[in-house]
Amino acid sequence: MRAIGLWHRLDVWAGRAAPVTLTVLLVLLGAVPLPLPFWQPIGPGYALISVYYWAVHRPTALPAPVVFLIGVLADFFGLAPLGVGTLVLLICYSGTVSQRRHLVGQHFLVVWWGFMMVSAAGFFIAWAAASVLAVRFVDARPAFFSYLVTLGAYPLVALLLARAQRSFAAAA
Amino acid sequence: MMLRNGSALRITSPFKAWIQRFTFLALVAGSLALMMLGKTNAPWVERVRSLVYDGTAPVLTALAAPVDATERLFANLEELVDLRAENARLKAERERLLDWEVTAARLEAENRELGKLLHLVPDPKISYVTARVIGDQVGAFVREVLIAAGERDGVRKGQAAMTGDGLAGRIAETGQRSARVLLLTDINSRIPVLVQRTRDRAILAGDNSNRPQLLYVKPRTELQVGDRVVTSGDGGVFPAGLPVGIVESVEDGVIIVAPFVDWDRMEYLRVVDYALGGILTDEPATADGTAARGR
Repeated sequence: MRAIGLWHRLDVWAGRAAPVTLTVLLVLLGAVPLPLPFWQPIGPGYALISVYYWAVHRPTALPAPVVFLIGVLADFFGLAPLGVGTLVLLICYSGTVSQRRHLVGQHFLVVWWGFMMVSAAGFFIAWAAASVLAVRFVDARPAFFSYLVTLGAYPLVALLLARAQRSFAAAA
Repeated sequence: MMLRNGSALRITSPFKAWIQRFTFLALVAGSLALMMLGKTNAPWVERVRSLVYDGTAPVLTALAAPVDATERLFANLEELVDLRAENARLKAERERLLDWEVTAARLEAENRELGKLLHLVPDPKISYVTARVIGDQVGAFVREVLIAAGERDGVRKGQAAMTGDGLAGRIAETGQRSARVLLLTDINSRIPVLVQRTRDRAILAGDNSNRPQLLYVKPRTELQVGDRVVTSGDGGVFPAGLPVGIVESVEDGVIIVAPFVDWDRMEYLRVVDYALGGILTDEPATADGTAARGR
């Protein structure tokens, strides 16, 4: 009886920790050098995809302080200059959570459209902050390209995250 | 039970919202502070970052292992397919290089004799540490890679990192077993260079594109497309004469350089240990061993 309780609790904890673990794993995976087309420009975008996904579907599992830490890690792994990616993830997270009621339970295309808006704002803020830090206008074209590629990668990554979420929900 | 929960919620809700808002603002302030610290290269930021890299290096290496295996398999297959053509090409190249070898030997002897006549101080001995690229932080705003060698392998901050083709960047930060390489295309990269033909000095400045620019070139310098750009050795950290790239275009005073490095195929980097200013490898034997294995 007690053993079952323990296992159950472990499952619940695993389910709760899953969003954070998956996000960290995605950040690391994005840093692996792969000779694939479009791999490099998405790499940094995984953090944004994952934070948006969990902000819509399980915001309690990814509280703001955790988003901050993930942002620092993502910046270490090339999202943007230190602090910039952190700020972008925080703003995207809080913006998404505040608009969550329009997105949750909606058709996938609506959620994707939401990501299009949120990530556009995110990349713009990143570009602006990076320009301020560099004290000149940073070339916006690579940022725009990264934005498009990240947007294109969203469905696939979201699908994988949804699978993971369902398997954890089933276990808990 | 339900009532109690409900009333508790009603009491805590505004308080909770206030806490949440406060937390969010504090975190935003925190990230702004991080930006400042990152911009000024605060030493403890560097330390935390190297710790994170050291901690994740084994994970990244493990993640890269299957990629490595697949890549090698495909490379082998490709090689098998054009074995004959490759052989013919290599034979032709060998002929050409034999000529060069004779020329190089003659020039080396001549150079040594002339150096002796002038009592030239010889360049310090250069040794290499070769390491695998395990992290790829190339994005829209940052151009860096992570290599699987750190201080314990003799890698030091400021050293040059090269591929077989040319200079890739410099070591920006070292951990125990990993190091961060700032590529020469990064917006923060500035490298003292020299145009080989005209001997004009300049600074190669990255701008986050694949094509860095030459800055501070003397006015009325006659640079031509195709001129070779090499490191000048100014500053004493990089050896002079490392190949960097060729001038790709000269338009309205904007000089664009195409680096020799193939950015898409940067699997290994050679870190150049230029034994100047007391920077010496701890274990030269190990450094040579890894160098031999890497290339």
